[in-house]
Amino acid sequence: MPLQPIKFYQTGSFVVGNRLLDPDERAVQARIDRTNSLNCGHRACQGCGEALGARYALDAAMRATGNQMVAVNATGCLEVFSTPYPETSWRIPWLHSLFGNAPAVATGVAAGLKAKGRSDVRVVGQGGDGGTVDIGFGCLSGMFERNDDVLFICYDNEAYMNTGVQRSGATPPAARTTTTPAIGPEPGNVFGQGKNVPAIAMAHEIPYVATATVADLRDLEYKVTRAMDFRGARYLHVLVPCPLGWGSASGDTIRIARLAKESGLFPVFEAEGGEVTDVSKIRRRVPVEDYLRLQTRYAHLFGEHGHPGTVARIQAVADRNIRRFGLVEGE
Amino acid sequence: MLRQVEGSRAVADAVALCRPEVVCAYPISPQTHIVEALAAHVKSGRLSPCEFVTVESEFAAMSVAIGASAVGARAYTATASQGLLYMAEAVYNASGLGLPIVMTVANRAIGAPINIWNDHSDSMSQRDSGWIQLYAETNQEAADLHVQAFRIAEELSLPVMVCMDGFILTHAWEQVDTPSQEEVDAFLPAYEPRQVLDPADPVSIGAMVGPEAFTEVRYLAHARQMQALELIPDVASRFAEAFGRNSGGLVHPYRTDDAETIVIALGSVLGTIKDTVDEMRRDGVRMGVLGITSFRPFPLDAVRTAVGEARHVVVLEKALAVGIGGIVTANVRMAVTPERVSTVIAGLGGRAITKASLHRMLADAIAGRLEPLTFLDLNHELIGNELARMAAGRRSGPMAENLLRDLGAVASRIG
Repeated sequence: MPLQPIKFYQTGSFVVGNRLLDPDERAVQARIDRTNSLNCGHRACQGCGEALGARYALDAAMRATGNQMVAVNATGCLEVFSTPYPETSWRIPWLHSLFGNAPAVATGVAAGLKAKGRSDVRVVGQGGDGGTVDIGFGCLSGMFERNDDVLFICYDNEAYMNTGVQRSGATPPAARTTTTPAIGPEPGNVFGQGKNVPAIAMAHEIPYVATATVADLRDLEYKVTRAMDFRGARYLHVLVPCPLGWGSASGDTIRIARLAKESGLFPVFEAEGGEVTDVSKIRRRVPVEDYLRLQTRYAHLFGEHGHPGTVARIQAVADRNIRRFGLVEGE
Repeated sequence: MLRQVEGSRAVADAVALCRPEVVCAYPISPQTHIVEALAAHVKSGRLSPCEFVTVESEFAAMSVAIGASAVGARAYTATASQGLLYMAEAVYNASGLGLPIVMTVANRAIGAPINIWNDHSDSMSQRDSGWIQLYAETNQEAADLHVQAFRIAEELSLPVMVCMDGFILTHAWEQVDTPSQEEVDAFLPAYEPRQVLDPADPVSIGAMVGPEAFTEVRYLAHARQMQALELIPDVASRFAEAFGRNSGGLVHPYRTDDAETIVIALGSVLGTIKDTVDEMRRDGVRMGVLGITSFRPFPLDAVRTAVGEARHVVVLEKALAVGIGGIVTANVRMAVTPERVSTVIAGLGGRAITKASLHRMLADAIAGRLEPLTFLDLNHELIGNELARMAAGRRSGPMAENLLRDLGAVASRIG
């Protein structure tokens, strides 16, 4: 492994090096007392966005709760790569029940703790996009509607990766998955389908909804910490690139997540009580092509037999997000 | 305290006395009155601390119970019929995780055709889910079984399903003795979980187990059910000591000692069968009844002992294993020589099981005329008509509608 020189100066991504900050201002992940909630030794792929997101999110939640926390996990990559007995990467109380019931199990944990007088112990439910937007959606909506005291985190890698990259309700248009093959006149996933769960969460008027990506991990830590300021149902939707499913280089995970945000395809925002309270502006706007070209799931859109019209439709999606959320200063 | 009370209310009151800390409620007939009464217990503050969670589905109901139980809270829910099937994945999960949840099943048929009335199709479909299954004969027993169920569940770290006949018991007003809070507190110790989600001692619960140990995990589930064969009668006798009445246990033999024919059944129909047997006894027929209270674990030895040397065993079942016949029968045949056992399917979808029908059927049994598989009071003419229609043309239409049209029934009726 090449030696990584420590940088004592501001980095190219507007991120301030931790060593310049007071200890209290440093990232949770930079602190010596971080909990390593999802510890090393797990079986995630190289460059896994979900492992990165979960580690940062849960360490931040542990810090925010004074280590008084229980996590409930839906079936999926995160569950499988972290645990086969007798090994477990979890250094927190962790429960896996089923694929479709993590939000309801989390509700049960919160209810049980409340009845036992342990409201100081907080509950985080988590799952991938399948366990959140598809099979777990009924339980998620029920948890939101009752305003149960649960933070649910969706690590969205936009398909069923654990079972081998099948389409989910979070798969974007034109993306190739094993059930939306890149063949025919409109290759990949069809346009006009899929659901926007952050918006649906906001429609429940729950106390806090936010989106984040693994490109801005300080922002992810902040949003988890902020979520823990509220009681009631909270939802955090984190975009986590999947090198295996997206056909991207494992070293490009953070770069791709950043391009998703900077292109406008993935709006990063916060909402309270159903109203958007803050958006992360795009710093250097990029065309969606910059994002798409790094992923073989979109390879059919480019080259001699490409589909420039489809790329233009995806660009229109990004442009609409930019207008809708005011993602670009002055637009 | 003796009261004239609806069965659902008696059960809800008994459950409340067990101090559940989380109750999950989703409405489905005929279980609704139980959770309605528990809602009042919680909302009035009589049952406290308790979180009453009105979930969005039965699948969520069992899932909330799983989460609550995993943090060491005593969890309860109730369901029936389609609801039990809708939560089936979580039902298996609860037992696999070893969580001592107690659930009432207000037994009801499973559609299609949709039918809200009583039979045992629902709980029988979950007989292999790893849950202990206890079947109540009366409302008194239903109430008592819940008090015993929490104790059995928590001692073994296994969930317990208390099955009571929908409407026949749940909606029947009967005299029920409800114990005092002090009596139940003395009988039911606080829940001490074997595994718990505790920030002070973090564990991972519910992770993957591969072929290297899966068989052993399943075997241990079986072994704990075998322990339940000892524990269930033990808890019943302790209950009798504490409350002065017999409820629960593995089986209820009735006049079986010298019986040449024994009828085996589960649930509320036992009362009708006992009355019929009493009448036949007056005519000199050596007939007995064996009620099975614990269907899971299945008490092979107790059934074998109770059946003894009886020549005929008639298993009266409120469920049908389509394509083979009896479900309880298959279990009974593991306890006694199979040639002696015949199956009578009865009471499906709420059809009344009358003494007159039982007399006719049992007369056939004594005379050796009973087929290995009999459907009590089957309307052969109705079936003949529909079979003829189906033979006459391809587009014969919805079968259930045709039958009702033939009957001229304007609304479903019981009995």
